Amino acid sequence: MNNVFVICEIEEGKVADVSLELMTKGRSLANQLNCKLEALVLGHNLKGIEKELYPYGADVVHIGDDERLEPYTTLPFTSIIVNLFEKEKPQVALLGASTFGRDLGPRVSSALVSGLTADCTSLEIGPHEDKKAGKTYENLLYQIRPAFGGNIVATIINPDCRPQMATVREGVMKKEIYDATYKGKVNNLEVDKILKPEDLVVKVIERHMEKSKVNIKNSSIIVAGGYGVGSKENFAQLEELAEVLGGEVGASRAAVDAGYASHERQIGQTGVTVRPKLYIACGISGQIQHTAGMEESSMIIAINNDPNAPINKLADYAITGDVGEVVPKLIKFYKQNTK
Amino acid sequence: MGLKIVVLAKQVPDTRNVGKDAMKADGTVNRAALPAIFNPEDLNALEQALRLKDTYPGTEVSILTMGPGRAADVIREGLYRGADNGFLLTDRAFAGSDTLATSYALSCAIRKMDKYDLIIAGRQAIDGDTAQVGPQVAEKLGLPQVTYAEEVLSADKKKIVIKRRLERGVETVEMPLPGVITVNASAPDCRPRNAKLLMKFKHAKTITERQSESEDYIDLTADRPYLNIEEWSVNDIETDVNWLGLSGSPTKVKKIENVVFQAKEAKRLTPADEEIDELMKELIANHTIG
Ligand SMILES: Cc1cc2nc3c(=O)[nH]c(=O)nc-3n(C[C@H](O)[C@H](O)[C@H](O)COP(=O)(O)OP(=O)(O)OC[C@H]3O[C@@H](n4cnc5c(N)ncnc54)[C@H](O)[C@@H]3O)c2cc1C
Ligand SMILES: Nc1ncnc2c1ncn2[C@@H]1O[C@H](COP(=O)(O)O)[C@@H](O)[C@H]1O
Repeated sequence: MNNVFVICEIEEGKVADVSLELMTKGRSLANQLNCKLEALVLGHNLKGIEKELYPYGADVVHIGDDERLEPYTTLPFTSIIVNLFEKEKPQVALLGASTFGRDLGPRVSSALVSGLTADCTSLEIGPHEDKKAGKTYENLLYQIRPAFGGNIVATIINPDCRPQMATVREGVMKKEIYDATYKGKVNNLEVDKILKPEDLVVKVIERHMEKSKVNIKNSSIIVAGGYGVGSKENFAQLEELAEVLGGEVGASRAAVDAGYASHERQIGQTGVTVRPKLYIACGISGQIQHTAGMEESSMIIAINNDPNAPINKLADYAITGDVGEVVPKLIKFYKQNTK
Repeated sequence: MGLKIVVLAKQVPDTRNVGKDAMKADGTVNRAALPAIFNPEDLNALEQALRLKDTYPGTEVSILTMGPGRAADVIREGLYRGADNGFLLTDRAFAGSDTLATSYALSCAIRKMDKYDLIIAGRQAIDGDTAQVGPQVAEKLGLPQVTYAEEVLSADKKKIVIKRRLERGVETVEMPLPGVITVNASAPDCRPRNAKLLMKFKHAKTITERQSESEDYIDLTADRPYLNIEEWSVNDIETDVNWLGLSGSPTKVKKIENVVFQAKEAKRLTPADEEIDELMKELIANHTIG
């Protein structure tokens, strides 16, 4: 009762990265709250799936395995989750801000009349004092997220309704094994008893899933280009730099909009969040929507011909100069020094 | 076969063009400095409704919006582009609503709006980027939902077939009607205003707007009922007040902060060969690269 739950998403038979990232976060929240961490997985052919979740600190893995749960549709998932949550009364429930989580989360929260905060960038535990009502609360979930196009950061709480629900985008939280030998237990859900015919009215007729080809999120070196790179041809220089350094190419939205790079490479609030060892920002001004997705990089090098570009405030090294001149030099001197 | 379609449209501050004066000194948003616009993805939603109207004569498209009096602009904009009529839900009782309280109020209004076959919302509103109201309206009305819709492939009185755009692919789904869909920005753009409709609906107004007109204003709605934009307050729809506004909102804003950079000292370099060479040596030495 009153534990932290993570509603997991299955991708190609495995627990999705975003869910494992939330397990890591959920484990630390559960430790702070002194309660258990429970995972919930729904789908078909899930045998052994709990083994993927135990190392992240899952105390209980609830599994609903039924052919009617694959592929995902909203209503049967909602029925099963609502049924389980009414019994288990979680205090916190997290899910990915993917198309899955953003379809399912609001439906579940509406059915349970609990609050839901979308796209959180940080989750913390803290107290709250409601002066008007003369009430104090301990251990609430602070759901922190940008709003108004990234111009403000709001801390949202749900003082009275449970569970406190939040979605978080892929890559925002860090995925970290908690204990490779950790063992929890499985709770098999009786899907058959819960599902009703009206849960199954929406039918998936056809489905084409593409495996994501680029993997900037897991790359430890990122060479990112912005509008200042100037052309698709100049972008090829960044690709060369990324290749010699063993990294990936990322982009700002302005560069994506200009057609210099594909959408899946976009970094920032509406793209992916990355935290590589090294981030080289080439011709990127450093607007908040972009930096929201890269500011936690361990080291940042900015190349910009404007000495006052906002990106320089985040940078460890700010090279004031033309991308077309600096990038080839980075390649040249890297090669010279590693020979 | 005509369908009855309700399009949910919201008036939002244009957060995509936030100027310097948009933030007050205390870090709160200066809403007055931001132009109010038709939420972009709600225009995509309207276009899907209008396409169904093109295909199935007899289809009626109604716009429903909840907001302050000036949100009637959104309804007029919809009329200029081809919607048939509009409903403005406005009352102090709705102030402070989070997505759940908003969805509840909208669902009560929809219940009152005669029969409907399809409710179309935008995927998300740009002021909050939450994407919750569509699915929550569906849940409150006990209807099935299809989110991230990009195209309605076919429809009849009983069911609708929709192409969805997901992060990593596309899906075609079939949903029985009545139901709710939410439409993505990747769906076709909305058609522009139509000159004839602009002339026809230029004077469409809510009762409050008509009452604030000057005295010699002639009420046109008597012989032109289509110029009336229906205005509902909390008393016009059946609700439980505990579910509305602040008290019906489980989520509360605890704190708001303006976004500021915490500046740190960058090491300044020029493109000179020696400096780039030195930088590369440093990065290799501390194992950042290499
Ligand atoms: C709701 C919302 C969400 C958004 N989400 C994202 C997001 O996820 N990711 C994102 O990146 N953006 C996002 N944006 C857009 C963001 O606000 C900026 O517009 C964008 O990041 C700017 O990209 P840029 O820095 O490449 O281009 P610009 O701002 O045009 O900057 C170009 C820079 O290049 C420099 N430059 C020009 N020529 C050269 C040269 N030859 N050599 C060196 N430097 C040069 C210039 O000095 C300038 O600093 C979002 C915006 C909104 C409103
Ligand atoms: N106040 C409102 N009036 C009408 N429709 C709304 C309102 N708020 C939200 N919606 C609809 O719900 C969608 C999602 O909104 P949101 O959950 O706020 O991102 C919007 O694109 C609109 O179609």
